[in-house]
Amino acid sequence: MAGSTPVSLSADAAAPAAAQPRKSRPTTPAGEAWRRFRHHRLAVASAVILLALFAIVALGPFLWPVPINEIDFSAKLQGPSWAHPLGTDDLGQDLLARLIYGGRISLAVGLAAMIVAVVVGILVGAISGMASGRVDAVLMWVTDLFLSLPLLPLLLLLTYLFRDSVKSVLGPEGGAFVLIVVVIGGLRWMQVARLVRAQFLSLREKEFVEAARALGASKPRLVLHHILPNALGPVIVAGTIDVAAAIIAESTLSFLGLGFPSDIPTWGSVLRDAKDYLDIAPHWVLFPGAAIFLAVITINFIGDGLRDALDPRRVL
Amino acid sequence: MSRQYIIRRLLIAIPSLLGISLVLFTILALAPGDPFEELATNPAVPPEVRAALRAKFGLDDPVWARYLHWITAMLQGDWGFSFVSRMDVDTLILQRLPVTLIVIGSSQIIAILVALPVGVLAATRPYSLFDQVANTFAFIGFSLPTFFTGLLFILVFSIQLDWLPFVYRADIDATGWQFYWEHIKQAIMPVMVLGLFQGASLVRYVRSSVLDVIKLDYVTTARSKGIGERKVITKHVVRNALIPVVTLVALQMPIVFGGAIVTEQIFRVPGIGSLLISAMLANDTPVVMAVTFVFACLVVLFNLIADILYGWLDPRIAFR
Amino acid sequence: MAEPLLDIQGLKTWFKTDDGLVRAVDGVDLRIDRGETVGVVGESGCGKTVTARSVLKLIDMPPGRFEAGRILWQGRDLIPLDDAEMNKIRSREIAIIFQEPMTSLNPVYSVGEQIAEVIELHQNLSRKQALVGAADMLKLVNIPNPERRVHDYPHQFSGGMRQRVMIAMALSCQPKLLIADEPTTALDVTIQAQILELMQEMKERFGMAIMLITHAMGVVAETAQRVVVMYAGKVVEEAPVGALFGDPRHPYTQGLIRSIPRVDRSAGQQARLESIPGTVPSLLDPPPGCRFAARCKYAMEICTQAIPPLKEVAPGHRVACVL
Repeated sequence: MAGSTPVSLSADAAAPAAAQPRKSRPTTPAGEAWRRFRHHRLAVASAVILLALFAIVALGPFLWPVPINEIDFSAKLQGPSWAHPLGTDDLGQDLLARLIYGGRISLAVGLAAMIVAVVVGILVGAISGMASGRVDAVLMWVTDLFLSLPLLPLLLLLTYLFRDSVKSVLGPEGGAFVLIVVVIGGLRWMQVARLVRAQFLSLREKEFVEAARALGASKPRLVLHHILPNALGPVIVAGTIDVAAAIIAESTLSFLGLGFPSDIPTWGSVLRDAKDYLDIAPHWVLFPGAAIFLAVITINFIGDGLRDALDPRRVL
Repeated sequence: MSRQYIIRRLLIAIPSLLGISLVLFTILALAPGDPFEELATNPAVPPEVRAALRAKFGLDDPVWARYLHWITAMLQGDWGFSFVSRMDVDTLILQRLPVTLIVIGSSQIIAILVALPVGVLAATRPYSLFDQVANTFAFIGFSLPTFFTGLLFILVFSIQLDWLPFVYRADIDATGWQFYWEHIKQAIMPVMVLGLFQGASLVRYVRSSVLDVIKLDYVTTARSKGIGERKVITKHVVRNALIPVVTLVALQMPIVFGGAIVTEQIFRVPGIGSLLISAMLANDTPVVMAVTFVFACLVVLFNLIADILYGWLDPRIAFR
Repeated sequence: MAEPLLDIQGLKTWFKTDDGLVRAVDGVDLRIDRGETVGVVGESGCGKTVTARSVLKLIDMPPGRFEAGRILWQGRDLIPLDDAEMNKIRSREIAIIFQEPMTSLNPVYSVGEQIAEVIELHQNLSRKQALVGAADMLKLVNIPNPERRVHDYPHQFSGGMRQRVMIAMALSCQPKLLIADEPTTALDVTIQAQILELMQEMKERFGMAIMLITHAMGVVAETAQRVVVMYAGKVVEEAPVGALFGDPRHPYTQGLIRSIPRVDRSAGQQARLESIPGTVPSLLDPPPGCRFAARCKYAMEICTQAIPPLKEVAPGHRVACVL
């Protein structure tokens, strides 16, 4: 894979050109991937913006030490000003502080749910790809079944049914966090599972795996050192997109009033509170919406750049 | 396409429906406490109704018996009673379903009408200005969550421009031509929000699929016939490119239904999506279960339609 | 001398890639007379296919570009023609068949529809009449049960049968020239012979000329009257088939002929089967001088300095070599 140069040209004429080594080509696969990623200007810009977003959310409480729930009716529904850069809501609470807090939740949920999805996906895919036969058939049937489940209704149903009991064990905020992460991750592992399984099936027969097997490598060792690293590229791409999808899913839940408890500001719940004041306080809707959009689109662009870099054969 | 193929597809849909019902039931069975607990504290529910309900759902039976019981009741159309709306769940859903289907159906048509020409045009001029603009808009389109686009639409078209109503009304007091116009006007925003979101991801599918097909040998053969570039694209590229797109659209259906729930909620469209949310907020468990199951059935149904389309587009499939 | 059917003069088809300019066809002269079969031979990547596709202007532009030269079709240059004018020539006057019969037919239409499409367009017939014509064409190329088979899809045919369908499609408007781009390479040996035989039969029936592109010297020896040898985007030798095999002048041609296995000699008599060392050079930044010099055992100082022009060594026999 590292040896191929993408040449957009009819095959006949490309053959001699592709055979010729390129000048100044980085030698490591990582270097090659970085070279391709850098080529995608929107992805690079997105990476910078997303990093800035992470920094704001992480350091924000220190730079902007305004409490998220300080009620001040004298300053309610105000537009942006020096005292409140993003304005205030109907209780006069500072929106910047609330959005920074919400951003921590949204980004954390996105990352954690992605990790859950990737771990479950790798496990299911690896077991399926290794076992073959009946186990494989059953697991793939389950995967297809999950792919045809109505995602949002189930998300809603699960949070609706389990909200109270989880809350009693882990507290209102922690409980909601764990529940939402597990549920979102638990409903999004299918693509990773399919990718990993496909890699297993195609790589199992390849020479270097055969060679390793002939040399007496044990099965877990084979999986860890030879097969998984090869499946890594597509999985990283899918995982990146999963972060964006999880952020949207969490915001949707909060927006519908079935996510985090209503006193905890998340991007989705701020939007939910704001939607009845669209006509008099549009800033209240625009800022959280823009925050979600910015996070999601930068992650999607990074995913696109990573696809160019790590998985060049796939167009989509 | 053979009738055999359609029948086979129908038969394959049955186990997935059963599987989905099993998943739903498992969730319900695993849910902590008694799912009818709320009913006990609800003064509107007479004790004998509660007892009958417990008996019907056989809450003291073993799990598998409860599942069989539940699935037979569902199959017989006995979907329970909504204590919040004070009517049978199936009647309630049948009242709401057509609106949802119309909104989803028209938004899909919008999505296809936008995405097909844009995607094909972008793919025939790869890396041109048009392609780059289309691609950027597609990215923006599917990165904007539907609840935010919905609010933006209201802000622009209802509040700023005052063109369209932002609350969906079922009781329009107009007749004839005016009646339909009012209905169309209030449906425009929900349909557009959903259609553009779906269309944005569709553009990328169509584009990449056309790019894959356009370099195949049979397209060169078609060009060598002298039938003209336009016909080469419409006849020999688009139809073949649509085959993988159909599968991807089917895979997207669960997301589309999610979008429909949100859109209905924002514009207060009286469909089954907004019914689901209000039922959850009111702890109306029979309605919640039934609506979730209906959504699952709709996904399976749309997959079935996709399979049949697939067989029609690709003669190789139907012969298998 | 009569006007040639096709006269390619100094054609240069170049491709712009990320790595630079690929000179796939770099100054090719090629003449085909009416009813003549001309073999075009050379290793893969030498520009045969690009030359063939240039004639029908089936090159994607960009990245491709006609840098120089003329393609005279019955005296009329095709290069300045627009797409609409080219479409009157494609299939009706010049038809082409490709190497891969498995992928050259559109899988979602029946073979009848695909043949009828051409007939309908160029002969102004109704769809129904065109389908009858398609069945007739299938019969002509010896496909059993043609009336039933027109409704079958490409995946229901074997590789050899699909190539017959391709030939039927190409000949359905009785073109004056058939370009066959490696028509037998992807087929089994026994099927190869049948397809070549069919092409021969069709040629006798319709009297068209054939441009047969192949890397198999044996195929050329059997079917062509004249042979053009290409190397790295250029013509290196051109001769009547007898002269080429009897008296090859260019070291590359000699190498190609020596690499044909001979079954008519016993192992003892068998001259060592030779391969030509090295590979086709990059067409990216070709070195000055003869492009074969790096692989040529007779290479001299001057070979690396200037490109030797084609010069006539016997009537109809031209070579681009200083020897």
